Amino acid sequence: MAAITLKTNSTSTPATAEQESAVPLIETKGLELFYGTSKALKGIDITIKEKLVTAFIGPSGCGKSTFLRCFNRMNDLIDSVRITGECRIGGEDIYAKDIDVIELRKRVGMVFQKSNPFPKSIYENIAYALRLHGTKEKAKLDEVVEKSLRGAALWDEVKDRLHSSALGLSGGQQQRLCIARTIAIRPEIILMDEPASALDPIATAKVEELILELKKDFTIVIVTHNMQQATRISDYTAFFYIGELVEYDLTTKIFTNPANKRTEDYVTGRFG
Amino acid sequence: MTHFEQDLASLKETLLTMASRADSSVARSIRALVDRDDDLARAVIEDDSILDELEKDIDGMAITLLSKAPLAKDLRLITVAMKISQNLERVGDEATTVCRRALELSQEPQLKPYVDIPRMAQTGLEMLRDALDAFVTGDAEKARAIVPRDKDVDAINKQLHRELASYMIEKPTTITRALNLMVVSKSLERIADHATNIAEEVVYLFKAQDIRHLGKGQNGSSNS
Repeated sequence: MAAITLKTNSTSTPATAEQESAVPLIETKGLELFYGTSKALKGIDITIKEKLVTAFIGPSGCGKSTFLRCFNRMNDLIDSVRITGECRIGGEDIYAKDIDVIELRKRVGMVFQKSNPFPKSIYENIAYALRLHGTKEKAKLDEVVEKSLRGAALWDEVKDRLHSSALGLSGGQQQRLCIARTIAIRPEIILMDEPASALDPIATAKVEELILELKKDFTIVIVTHNMQQATRISDYTAFFYIGELVEYDLTTKIFTNPANKRTEDYVTGRFG
Repeated sequence: MTHFEQDLASLKETLLTMASRADSSVARSIRALVDRDDDLARAVIEDDSILDELEKDIDGMAITLLSKAPLAKDLRLITVAMKISQNLERVGDEATTVCRRALELSQEPQLKPYVDIPRMAQTGLEMLRDALDAFVTGDAEKARAIVPRDKDVDAINKQLHRELASYMIEKPTTITRALNLMVVSKSLERIADHATNIAEEVVYLFKAQDIRHLGKGQNGSSNS
């Protein structure tokens, strides 16, 4: 008699219960982006699920960072950019006329490749954005600063020098400070553009562990050039090539049995 | 513990669940044979599918872990886990073979008192338990010491074959039973082989040293 509960048949790399039950949060339909006359994104349709980690991979210039930046309208800052198609977050069209871009960027935080702390104290790096958004009381600020630093797995390393300059931190610590600064204002989504590419393996491991912790509370979309990083941290992976979304599936599927030949050539390092 | 370490721990845990299931299948198959308990024999055959599923689960977990590019001992652990699970699945298959033969043997009077067969099963199980114990405790020397014990089981198997052949020569009506017992004996001998394979994998896991297929007196212990 089969007395123990068996897991699902593992040969076909099934989704976990968590991946299965996650609801869609970001949806694009026929999204196209032009830099002047050149088309950088060619009709992207994607549905990104809530509270999971989704990785974007692909060779340089394939459009993955450009696409990521569509989700908080960072491309608006570039004059020659024109975007068509739909991009919805939680059902809301983020390119609609009445959208407050500042509010949108509060909902959709971003961490960049190179850590960019303000030339202020560790404490002020986090408190600054909170004050900007209206929090004034010191007790409340103290609380959120501590919570954010703990959330970014940095508290124990910096709690004795909160008022020293953030620029005195190591590269890995600065990047985690930037993550703390992002989560302080409680966004729904965190976009990460190669957040560990400038870090050594130990600092990278810390950031990766942090991402796996953060997905309990946030939806994370990450651009990475490091394929093993995608396999270690992401639930879903999207492979981009020259402005096209070539394949989008469970990370285990993409890295063990991709459907598309170009995806397979890329993940196995045979890209021509 | 990092997320990767948690996944490795869960792989190990599934492997140990599988080991205890395989162990119990062998022990119950011998009880079914000796006690002529057909219900027990059928239960062991039915439970074998659990081992099959666990083997697939372990392979699935291992493939996912391998895609994360583990190195050094982590890499060895994952590949070794796949091999150990395959050996455990085969141990389960041998237990079902013993049970199928037990079901046939219970149709006729017992040919002879079962002395050597439980002894072989006992030695095979002890080897299996020691190999898994060495896996859990990281004791490569304990694993290495298992390998020569396989010879004892091989010797009993050969002796039993000779004895059963003499029964068949003397009295052709014993042929069916003697052949069934030969198959049982061979299955138990294979279980000891699988335990040996597992022990060799454990040495590789902890010492990164391949001790398979070495000649006499070369169990590699001088290099450890």
